[in-house]
Amino acid sequence: MKMKLVAGLTIAMTAGLFVGAMTASADDLVSIGFAQVGHESDWRTASTKSCQDVFSEENGYNLSFVDCDNDEAAQKEAVRSFIEQEVDYIIIDPIIATGWDTVLTECEDAGIPVIVIDRTIDDSDKYVSWVGSNFKTEGLAAGEWLKAYAEAKGIDEINALVISGSTGSSAQIGRSEGFQEIADREGWTILDEQTGDFTEAGGQEVMESYAKSYEGKYNVVVCQNDNEAFGAMTAMDNAGVSYGPNGDVILISFDACTAGLKDVQAEKITADFECNPLAAPFVEEVIKQLQNGEEPEKEVFMVEHWYGLEDAAVPFEIDGEPQEVTVVTDEIIEAQY
Amino acid sequence: MKKKSVFSRLSSSNLLLPIISLILVMAVNIIFDIASGNNPFSFFMITMQNTTSNGMVLYGRIIDILNRGSEAAILAIGMTLVVSSSAGTDISVGSVMSLCASFCCMLLAGYGVSSTNDLAVPLVIGVLAGILMGVVCGAFNGTLVAVFEIQPMVATLILYSAARAIGLLLCNDLIVYVRNDSFAFFGSFLGPIPTPIIITAICVIIMTVVLRKTALGMYIQSVGINRRASRISGLNSTKIIFLTYVVCGMFAGIAGIVNASRITSADSNNIGLYLEMDAILAVALGGNSLGGGRFNLAGSIIGAYTIQAITTTLYALGVSTTQAPVFKAIIVILIVSIQSEPVKAYMKKRRAVKAV
Repeated sequence: MKMKLVAGLTIAMTAGLFVGAMTASADDLVSIGFAQVGHESDWRTASTKSCQDVFSEENGYNLSFVDCDNDEAAQKEAVRSFIEQEVDYIIIDPIIATGWDTVLTECEDAGIPVIVIDRTIDDSDKYVSWVGSNFKTEGLAAGEWLKAYAEAKGIDEINALVISGSTGSSAQIGRSEGFQEIADREGWTILDEQTGDFTEAGGQEVMESYAKSYEGKYNVVVCQNDNEAFGAMTAMDNAGVSYGPNGDVILISFDACTAGLKDVQAEKITADFECNPLAAPFVEEVIKQLQNGEEPEKEVFMVEHWYGLEDAAVPFEIDGEPQEVTVVTDEIIEAQY
Repeated sequence: MKKKSVFSRLSSSNLLLPIISLILVMAVNIIFDIASGNNPFSFFMITMQNTTSNGMVLYGRIIDILNRGSEAAILAIGMTLVVSSSAGTDISVGSVMSLCASFCCMLLAGYGVSSTNDLAVPLVIGVLAGILMGVVCGAFNGTLVAVFEIQPMVATLILYSAARAIGLLLCNDLIVYVRNDSFAFFGSFLGPIPTPIIITAICVIIMTVVLRKTALGMYIQSVGINRRASRISGLNSTKIIFLTYVVCGMFAGIAGIVNASRITSADSNNIGLYLEMDAILAVALGGNSLGGGRFNLAGSIIGAYTIQAITTTLYALGVSTTQAPVFKAIIVILIVSIQSEPVKAYMKKRRAVKAV
C-alpha cells in the first residue's frame, strides 16, 4: 500500500515537473488564437484540422482554438479572451461581416495583429491580411474551362441550367458572377437559375423541375457545390437524362470534396472546381512575413485546383493566366480533405 | 341527381373549399401554359419515363406534387390529431424528423462513420429504431403537455431546439452518407410509383381505419372540445392527449426516414427545416380550427398537397426561388380568407338572398 502511494507520488511529481517544463518552453512558442465559425460541414472540419496541423507545437506554435458554434457574440468574446491571454497573433473566420470595428480596435491597441480567413469583414480594415478563396475566379474558371471543353468536343451551342447556392452567400455571388461573365461574353444561354441552398435535397428538387420545364433544351448543368450535384444526379437519373463525360449533359460542380472527386472518377461529374479549405499554410506565410518585418498583402488568395478526367483536361486561361485541369486519380482522392 | 348528393356531401364535410383551393392553384398552370403556347394540360400530363436505374416510372408534375408533398402530408396526419386534442401545435416535428433520420443513418453507418456503402446493422433495425426515436420524442412531448399540462407550444419548443442538435451529436457533426440501394428504396420507386407516395397512402389508410372503426376519433374530438367534461363523462383525457403526441412523433419519424432516404444521407442541419410550419399550415388550409375539437383528416392531407402544389407551380412558372415565398404568402392569404368564417357567412347570406 505504502509502496503504491510512494510510486503514485513520484509519478505525480514527475508529471508536475514535466508540465512545468512544458510551460517554460511554451514561452518560446508563437502563441496564436483562432476563433473558428463552428463545425457545420466537412469543409469546415477540414479548415479546422488544417490550422491544428500547421500550428502545432512541433512547428513552434501554441494554438488556442475556440469553436464558436455559429454564435457571433461568442466569437467576439473569444477574441477578447485572446487579447487577455496576450497571444502573438489572432486568426478570425468571421461568422458575420459586420460589427467588428470595436473588437479589432481593441486588438490594435493591444498590438496584436489580426488575420482574417475565409469569410470577410466589411466594416473595418484593422486587420493585416485576409486569406481566402476567390469565388469569382472559381466561377470564371468554370466558364473558361467550359469554353475550352466545348471547343475540343465540337459543341457550338451552350444552353446552361444553374443550381445556385444559398442566395446572398459570398460563394453564390462570386460563382454566379464569374460564370455569368463568361456566358455573356460567349453568348451562351442561361435558361434558368434557381437556388438549391447548397443541399442535396435542394439540388434534387430543382433539377426534377428543370428536367420537365426544359426537357431536351439544355446541355450543361452547373451546381454550385457538390451536394447539389449529388441531388441533381438522382433527379437526372429519374428523368432518364445521361450526364458526365460520356452523357448528353455536361455536369459542372464546385467544392471538390472527396465524395465529389469520387463522382468525377466515376464519370458522373465532368469537372469539379475546388474551394480550398486549407488556409493555414497561407496564414503561416503571412505570419512569417510579419515576423520578418515585411508587409503582407491585404488580400491573399489561396491556390485552388480544377479537377476532371483525361478527357476533360483541356488547357484554358483566366485573364491570360494559363490554367491546368488536374486529372483525378486514387492518390488525389486519398489526399483530398 | 347523384352528382348533387356528392356535391352536398362534400360541402357538408367541409372538404369543398380545400379541394377548390387545390384546383385553383393548379389551374394557374393551365393559364400559364396557354399563354406560353404549350399544351394547356402539360402540367397535368402523366407519362411513363425510362430511368437510368429504376426502369419505367410514372413521370409528371402531378407525380412530383404527390411525391414531394409526402413528408408534409405524413406530418399533417399527426398534427391534425394533436391540434384537435390539445388545441395547440407540435412545433418540434421538423427537428424530430432530423433527429430520427440522423439516428437511423448513424445506426446504419455505424457511429463515427461519415460515408459508407454497406450497412452496419440490418436495414429493418435502423428504420424501426428511427421510427421508435420519433415515438420516444412524441412521448416526451405528450408527457409535458398531457401530464404536466404545459402549453403545447412551450412544451414542444424544447425538442424544437434540442432534437436537431442531438441529431448532430449522434452524427458527429457531419453529414452521414449511407449510399446503399436498399436504404434508397424509401425515397425512390416501388415498381413505377415513387415509394413516398405509397408510404403516405398506407399511413393515411391505417389512420383513417383506426379513427373510423374505433371510437378514438370521437374521443380525441371530445377531449379537444371540452377536456373536463370528457373526463367527467369517463374518458381518460390525459391518456388520449398523450396518445396523439406519440402518434405525431411516430409520423415525424416516418417522414424523417423518407426524407433521409431520398438523399441517402442524414443532413441534420437541413432535414425537416421549417417543415413544422408547413404541417401546421396544412391543418389550417384543410379547414381545421387550430382551436381544437372537430377535425377533418382528409382536409389536412389536401392542405399538405396544396402547399406542395404551390411550390411545384412556382418552379414550373420559373419564379425565382428567392421571390417564391412572397407568392406563396399571397396564395395562402387568399385560401385562408376564402375559408374564414365572415366570408363563409357572407356567401351564405348572398345565397339565401338569391333564393328569395
